[in-house]
Amino acid sequence: MKLQRSSRLALYSVLELAARPDEQLSASEIAAKFDVSLNHLAKVLRDLGRARMVEAVRGAGGGYRFCGNARRTTLKNVVEIFEPITLHDAQGYEPGDKTEFGASLAVVLGEIDDIALATLDSITLETMLKLTDRVQRQGPSSQKK
Amino acid sequence: MTKINKLNPESGNLVRCAVVGDLPRIIELDKQISGLDKPDYWQESFRRFGGAQDGRYFLVAEKDGQIAGFIVGEIRAWEFGSPPGGWVFSLTVDPDTRLGGIATDMFNTICDCFRKAGVDKVHTMTDRDNITVMAFFRSQGMMAGRSIPLEMDLSDGEASS
Repeated sequence: MKLQRSSRLALYSVLELAARPDEQLSASEIAAKFDVSLNHLAKVLRDLGRARMVEAVRGAGGGYRFCGNARRTTLKNVVEIFEPITLHDAQGYEPGDKTEFGASLAVVLGEIDDIALATLDSITLETMLKLTDRVQRQGPSSQKK
Repeated sequence: MTKINKLNPESGNLVRCAVVGDLPRIIELDKQISGLDKPDYWQESFRRFGGAQDGRYFLVAEKDGQIAGFIVGEIRAWEFGSPPGGWVFSLTVDPDTRLGGIATDMFNTICDCFRKAGVDKVHTMTDRDNITVMAFFRSQGMMAGRSIPLEMDLSDGEASS
């Protein structure tokens, strides 16, 4: 599965902010960490602000902070702000869809979609932060076993 | 024999082995969550997994002296080729006491039982539409395992020879 760049950046941003709930981070700090353009990040943060996941704190020492509930906000909640999480058969007609092989391929792709959707919907930001700690302690390869 | 009686001083939850007198409350809690009244199932389940048998765990959690949840699991060996591991196949919490750490205390206790029994992996299975339960297990660190459950409608007759 591949997420659009805006979705990935939004996830990185809310995770970074949720991991440091008592701090405000500037857009430039976040952009530097994830090596993305400030313009692109600003747009993502604006969309996250509209969705009431982050808020801008003005004034000296101002920046952005996470204002959602990390125990309740799932990866799906963040991703669907930036791209439609649709099942295969909702993505419009593709050549061959109406053939017998198209119909059976739709069943297989639907199975993959269902699992991906359930995964994104069951992992909260808090769970991701715990997973991040574990991966840092153990190394990424240990999670693939 | 595995006697379990563990109080978490932080949450105030007591996790202990279920006794036969707990069954009415267990049946009531399950009915409250699933909408199904299954007294025979829970009596049989208690007969198989209750009574502090080695490798089988039927635990309840008490909050303020009232049973607020239960968890059932066992150690299974070589199922579908997997080495011995713990399996959790039932977890229920009174909705009125959610976010009180009850499921976490029960899960931690049964995982301790599995560790003491010498296994190093815990498994479970949940409906992918049951986001509440799946999110709980993921919050405890569980990830998708190597096994993928498969199923087939027998009414289709596809497996006929």
